[in-house]
Amino acid sequence: MLATEDILETIGMIREECLDIRTITMGISLYDCQSDDPDRLCTKIYDKIMTSACNLVATGEEISKYYGIPIINKRVSVTPVALLAGNLDRDGAVKIARTLDRAARELGVNFIGGYSALVQKGFSRGSRTLIESIPEALSTTERVCSSVNAASTKAGINMDAVSQMGRIIKETAYLSRDNGSMGCAKLVVFANVPEDNPFMAGAFHGMGEPETVINVGVSGPGVVASAIRRAGECSLADLAELIKKTAFKITRVGQLVAMAASRKLNVPFGIVDLSLAPTPAIGDSVAYILESMGLEQCGCPGTTAALALLNDAVKKGGVMASSQVGGLSGAFIPVSEDAGMIAAARAGMLSIEKLEAMTAVCSVGLDMIAIPGDTPAEAISGIIADELAIGVVNFKTTAARLIPAWGAKVGDTINFGGLLGEAPVMPVRTGSPAAFIHRGGRIPAPIQSLKN
Amino acid sequence: MKSVISVIGKDAVGIIAKVSAECAECGVNICDISQTVLNGYFTMIMIADISQITVPFTDFVDRMAELGRKNSLQIQAMHEDIFNSMHHI
Repeated sequence: MLATEDILETIGMIREECLDIRTITMGISLYDCQSDDPDRLCTKIYDKIMTSACNLVATGEEISKYYGIPIINKRVSVTPVALLAGNLDRDGAVKIARTLDRAARELGVNFIGGYSALVQKGFSRGSRTLIESIPEALSTTERVCSSVNAASTKAGINMDAVSQMGRIIKETAYLSRDNGSMGCAKLVVFANVPEDNPFMAGAFHGMGEPETVINVGVSGPGVVASAIRRAGECSLADLAELIKKTAFKITRVGQLVAMAASRKLNVPFGIVDLSLAPTPAIGDSVAYILESMGLEQCGCPGTTAALALLNDAVKKGGVMASSQVGGLSGAFIPVSEDAGMIAAARAGMLSIEKLEAMTAVCSVGLDMIAIPGDTPAEAISGIIADELAIGVVNFKTTAARLIPAWGAKVGDTINFGGLLGEAPVMPVRTGSPAAFIHRGGRIPAPIQSLKN
Repeated sequence: MKSVISVIGKDAVGIIAKVSAECAECGVNICDISQTVLNGYFTMIMIADISQITVPFTDFVDRMAELGRKNSLQIQAMHEDIFNSMHHI
């Protein structure tokens, strides 16, 4: 029996509170595309992606209509391209990026992830080539997303990679300077990267995944914020309970859509990523959730604790709702994609240091943060190293997506447009870690890695 | 199999007849109607039986949406599974 109040609740969530499926992402293995000839490699990659995902967008739209829920993005992720780039030079790797971009355009997907390398222990030939090609690849393509896993709890932190990524980010910012250094908005450095994350820019199709897979990312910060506001004054335990129940309902929709997509496309269902992912739209903000919980403004004392409660409650509620939960699964705090974060940063209430603390208790990292264009590469590496250390020691995923917008200073705003939003340029502390970064090598894995 | 059809807008007098006619054309039978106010808007919720539907459900969704547009209303048909999945363990 369908109760009218349940129906109204669901319709209200979708219509008024921005409940949506943020993405259906098809992961596609490119292992069988391997070839000695770079052009043949690109052709095989293109054909594989087009054949596998040709019905993805249409199926997403059909499911959206069927259940009456917006499915905002349909995306593709592929095997980390570094694994295919062992015999290529930089131009050959960029050709693959252009191939991915072309396939994405023709499929109608807005991003394609997987221009990636995993270098937590060291560099393979393919990884080196891929990483060196990132600035050119990201500034000459539209839809390609790139990621580099530079650390893991098992392997420690590859500080050579971290050092290099500071320079790569700067170069990417420079090459895409006519576009607000947008290239950097498509580049993430990770610790403990998940292999089945459906969100961009960090999505790729992991090594242990099947031939193709469907992963779904739900989202509903607006739904959670509204539920909290309606609850009025209640204890923190009751608040956690309420968030759990709300997260359950949100995730259930993700599970429904994932199973439908899997059935219609005849592709195995991978996971539902039950992340609260904000958008710049009013009411769709994680910061506003924290403020609804009782903080005057996001970034003030108590923010980290509130986020810890939120992140945990989201996971607990979501896990019951889905048969397979994975990806990042928690609360995202991307600055440019969250109206409340933007306001808090502009008001001087939110700093990079506070955001770094928050990343210790939520599911992603320092995300979509614009910093001054003249920030030295070593300082960027230092920020990344700090972020990766949090992930490595605490056995969680952390990441950094930093945008040193060319020519921009503190007080400026960089407008990326669309879902990527706009970012106030945030100050970075002076004081150079250059001597530390230049020592090179690997920070050894912490004792927590010896669990056997 | 059921669908929920929501009608949201200013004045729905006469719309029940129009929606019923459209449903009948598609082999859809209305089982239940309730009316309420959702965020200040007049809202009608219909539960319809789509087990004998004669068109693809997504076509029915489009037809309902078009009927709404012609009458300055928002009419949306949604498959019951979204409600079942959210509200039942």
